[in-house]
Amino acid sequence: MTTTDTDPQTDGAAAPRPAPDTAPSAGVPVVEMQGISITFGAVRALDQVSLRLFPGEVHALMGENGAGKSTMIKALTGVYTIDSGRIVVGGEQVEFGTPAASQAAGISTVYQEVNLVTNLTVAENMMLGREPRRFGGINTRAMNRKAGETLQRLGLDVDPASVLGDHPIAVQQLVAIARAVDVEARVLILDEPTSSLDADEVAKLFEVMRTLRDDGVAIVFVSHFLDQIYEISDRMTILRNGRLVEERMVSETSQLELVKLMIGRELEALEQIDREVAATDSADTGAPVMKVLGLSRKGSLETTDLELHEGEVVGLAGLLGSGRTELARLLFGADTADTGEVQFRSERRRLRSPRHAIDRKVAFSSEDRKAEGVIGDLTVADNMLLALQASRGWLRPIPQSTRTTLVQEYIEKLDIRPADPQALMRNLSGGNQQKVLLARWLITQPEVLILDEPTRGIDIGAKAQIQATVADLARQGLSVVFISAELEEVLRLSDRLVVMRDRRKIAERRNDGLSVSDVLEIIAGEARQDQEAHPRD
Amino acid sequence: MSTATLPTTGPSAWDRVRSYTPSSKYYPVLATTALFIGMFGIGSLRFEGFGDPQVFLSLLLDNSFLIVLAVGMTFVILTGGIDLSVGSVVALSTMIAAKTLEMGWSPYLAIVAVLAAGTLLGLLMGLLIHYFDIQPFIATLAGMFLARGLCYIISIEAIPIRDQTFSDWAFKTVNLPGGYYIGYTSVIALLTVAVAVWVLARTRFGRTVYAIGGSESSALLMGLKVASTKVGVYVISGFCAALGGLLFALYTLSGYSLNAVGMELDAIAAVVIGGTLLTGGRGLVIGSLVGVLVLGIIQTFISFDGTLSSWWTRIVIGLLVLVFVVIQRVATRRQS
Amino acid sequence: MTDTLTRPTPSGSPGPSPAPQRRLRASSSTKALLWPVLALVVLLVVNVVATPSFFDIRLQDGHLFGPLVDIARNSAPVMLVALGMTLVIATRGIDLSVGAIAAIAGAVACVHMAGSSAEGAFATAAVGCFTALAVCLVLGLWNGFLVSVVGIQPIIATLVLMVAGRGLAQLITDGQITTVNNDSFSNLASGFVLAVPLATVVAVAVVALTALVVRRTALGMLVESVGINPEASRLAGVRSRTIIWTVYVFSGLCAGLAGLIIAANTRSVNANSLGLFIELDAILAVVIGGTSLAGGRFSILGTVVGAVFITTLTRTVVNVGIPSEANYLFKALVVVAVCLLQSPRARAAFRVRRVRPAAPTSAPTSKAGLA
Repeated sequence: MTTTDTDPQTDGAAAPRPAPDTAPSAGVPVVEMQGISITFGAVRALDQVSLRLFPGEVHALMGENGAGKSTMIKALTGVYTIDSGRIVVGGEQVEFGTPAASQAAGISTVYQEVNLVTNLTVAENMMLGREPRRFGGINTRAMNRKAGETLQRLGLDVDPASVLGDHPIAVQQLVAIARAVDVEARVLILDEPTSSLDADEVAKLFEVMRTLRDDGVAIVFVSHFLDQIYEISDRMTILRNGRLVEERMVSETSQLELVKLMIGRELEALEQIDREVAATDSADTGAPVMKVLGLSRKGSLETTDLELHEGEVVGLAGLLGSGRTELARLLFGADTADTGEVQFRSERRRLRSPRHAIDRKVAFSSEDRKAEGVIGDLTVADNMLLALQASRGWLRPIPQSTRTTLVQEYIEKLDIRPADPQALMRNLSGGNQQKVLLARWLITQPEVLILDEPTRGIDIGAKAQIQATVADLARQGLSVVFISAELEEVLRLSDRLVVMRDRRKIAERRNDGLSVSDVLEIIAGEARQDQEAHPRD
Repeated sequence: MSTATLPTTGPSAWDRVRSYTPSSKYYPVLATTALFIGMFGIGSLRFEGFGDPQVFLSLLLDNSFLIVLAVGMTFVILTGGIDLSVGSVVALSTMIAAKTLEMGWSPYLAIVAVLAAGTLLGLLMGLLIHYFDIQPFIATLAGMFLARGLCYIISIEAIPIRDQTFSDWAFKTVNLPGGYYIGYTSVIALLTVAVAVWVLARTRFGRTVYAIGGSESSALLMGLKVASTKVGVYVISGFCAALGGLLFALYTLSGYSLNAVGMELDAIAAVVIGGTLLTGGRGLVIGSLVGVLVLGIIQTFISFDGTLSSWWTRIVIGLLVLVFVVIQRVATRRQS
Repeated sequence: MTDTLTRPTPSGSPGPSPAPQRRLRASSSTKALLWPVLALVVLLVVNVVATPSFFDIRLQDGHLFGPLVDIARNSAPVMLVALGMTLVIATRGIDLSVGAIAAIAGAVACVHMAGSSAEGAFATAAVGCFTALAVCLVLGLWNGFLVSVVGIQPIIATLVLMVAGRGLAQLITDGQITTVNNDSFSNLASGFVLAVPLATVVAVAVVALTALVVRRTALGMLVESVGINPEASRLAGVRSRTIIWTVYVFSGLCAGLAGLIIAANTRSVNANSLGLFIELDAILAVVIGGTSLAGGRFSILGTVVGAVFITTLTRTVVNVGIPSEANYLFKALVVVAVCLLQSPRARAAFRVRRVRPAAPTSAPTSKAGLA
């Protein structure tokens, strides 16, 4: 119960701790997670993963989609219970049943989505649930003063009495951090706090993070931006497919090494595959079908140009959050661009809704199959015909005979199982759902097909079939944009490769025998070191 | 709105007065108040006797039950919920009061019985809504049917209240300077408003109500007591409906099953016109009070006019709700 | 209506397990109807026990009479309103204004007829009814506009008309209870076609026509698609604005037709009481019929059963000697029971008590049902 209005933290503020040296491992870890395993149904989300957090360090948790970062965080914050392993906080083994228990142990979390309430004031958001009280009621003045002190300690110039929703997202994010540290946090987890911030805002955030670090808080930092990781982090733990890859000092790891650790696979083996597939003849591509000029959207993509040609597969490579998905969505009008126009064969316009794109024969399969693709309670046939039907309008139903033929044709062509048009979509496996979604768009006979992670989380057989289909479609003259986290897959299919990083297009190469390591080097960017620059054969 | 700088040296009192601008959360209430004053002004100019302060005081008297209902409804709507049962609970309360008094209960015991019944019904609905994830709309619909059905079980006919204590309360007034007076029921209504204002502004429960309306998932992640608060607002609404029912019983001195049909709509309309966001999170009890007064003055206006028919009340209320809802929509859209 | 669910796959279809899949679905769709039908049967049994002659139907002057015929006739208005409501709810919406719209429809038609020089003529009745429906169309357009264009939550958007609508109806009738003497009009409620009450015929015809239109055009599929996954539908290019607008217009028309039948039944219109609480009965009918308030898949047949159930419930209460007003009490119990049956959390709470199945998915249990 915080009825006092003096803040013990401010007393010692006069003598800030000296900044820790680059290797703070000298101390005792404040949190040790050892051999953590978590299983969901048949899926092993975490397998014997360990993590150490030292006071006064920024610890980056790295990994691609499905690596287990968020599961790890949720294990530490008590959202998930662990199947095996142990969590030691401050030398004592603990078991967190609820988020509240974790918070009580001094572990605070700030999520990507600001989890505050925008309709209340800054001070209320910081103090909700532990407001200072007087005469049985909340003492607003004391609350504002206390919140103001915390904000000042973090160097934030925000009026505690102002309404949170009146501030930009960045400030809200910082207020969320202020709330988190105000509970006397020993560990602060920042889960992608920077994903919607611009450069100045990130700088401000980093200032706050440094202040906290110097106060001895252990900060877990998750971000997709490599530069940010290198700027702020001291140490990192790299996860892949639910397993621990390595714990490393940031200063001793090059960006190229990091990317390799995250993406995995032995390079030799990868290049072996590359050579096998190098047969991809980069045939001359046809006329441009779609061209974007200066496409951008705040917080997701910086100004980008792109040209798509008939019969060409353009691969978008980059890490998660690099802008690959964001670009795809803007190409389809799924999000509205702030600037930039799209040029089709005959006209030039801004895409304001998916319909604009669909009417111009663009198709898009989202990476989030479940939330943005599948209509689970409808049948396979309905799911397949949805896009075509939508463009015809409800008054012109597709004739029953055409329905039957089309559905049957694509069930056979894509080998969808069960081969039952009346099966409910939600009962299908991920791979088959993906094939149905592919069929949904092929039925509309598009000229441009944008596939965002069409092979994620599906079995190997279906994956190969989808890849084969994509190659085949391109041969027939379709223009395909292909996105995948698996570089080898992108390389195998693409005629041209667009590499994204930090929401920008950083390179565009014709795929005349590019290898995975070439791409990794491009992604890793500036951090090119001699010993890692593999000579190409 | 830019981020105001933290005052390092306190501004003088005069500076504060001069630079005072009301916080944006008061805008809707101010708008509604202006509307009320405007209507009162127009009425005073057009009709003789309209401007008499006693007209205003009788607004409080005639709408005391609705004020109490709107207070309870404000709590519910602030969390993003809705309570359709209040009209039926008013009817049930009048029935319980009338029946128990008829059976010779002490008036105090009758009051306890009425308040307990309403509170219990609110509790049941709250539990259904929170623990079984049933939409507030449908759960309180069940409550509405239940309360109305119970009325008929008690009696189909109207039951007059002849209890002396009750009649005394009904007609007792507090004299104000200048020969004006105000009824006991109005005092109770205003007290309810005062308590609600304090609870919403100054207690953790009240702030949690706003937090849930802002974002329930955030409130959960902040470790607030979401469950008890969500159930709590329906308990409060049930209690207020029962209290409103008592005031209604005092007003009509009878119990009748068909009392207060559709009164939940008036309560919701008053809350909306009072500037509370129907999606939750924003709004003030004071606004709901002014909202009820606006509804009341429309009626007064029409009765003073004499040529306008009573149904214009409904149409104007509908239009006001529309205007406020559209303004809210535009305001929230601009924010997001 | 459910024919698309059970239509056999083309015979040439290969594949490992089409047949079990199909049967599995058939069983799940009948299962959805099982509860409402069962509840209806229970009610009917209660009635027969209370009044053994309950099932008696006699033919008199070429017209059918009997308690069951009364139920068929009386359920027409709520069935119509619930029909429109079903489509609205399937898009994740709700229409609270149907009662007010019904009152307006009754008011427009009756005032037209009462004011006409040929009050009793068929043409007068026809013009009155069509004017009324045209007004309802406009009101539906208004609701749809608020929901789909302005983007106001359905419950709030339709609240506006719910509040103002009865005032409008009174404005039309000038606050009077308007009575009409037009046999063609009152036949709408009390007339017979081929021995069957006309109201029933109208309701069933509209239901059948709707079922046909909804399942033969793509409306049903697109409505469900928007209700199940709005974002995926948007990305597939579904014009959800048009779809949503359409269902509110349809709901308005259905409410108007119901209002005409109610007015015809009393040969008068009371703007205050016509169709009072019918929105709640309709929502109840939809929920009983198995359409989830969360939107998505809808069952028109289920709604029909739900509407008949509600009418039968009212009748039963009277039949077993409880004052008719107490049917509210039973409706409350039904609401709670149905909601608890549909609530995943309540189900989970009940399931825990039972023996835990080998796997928590529904598939194995359904397969077991096939064996």
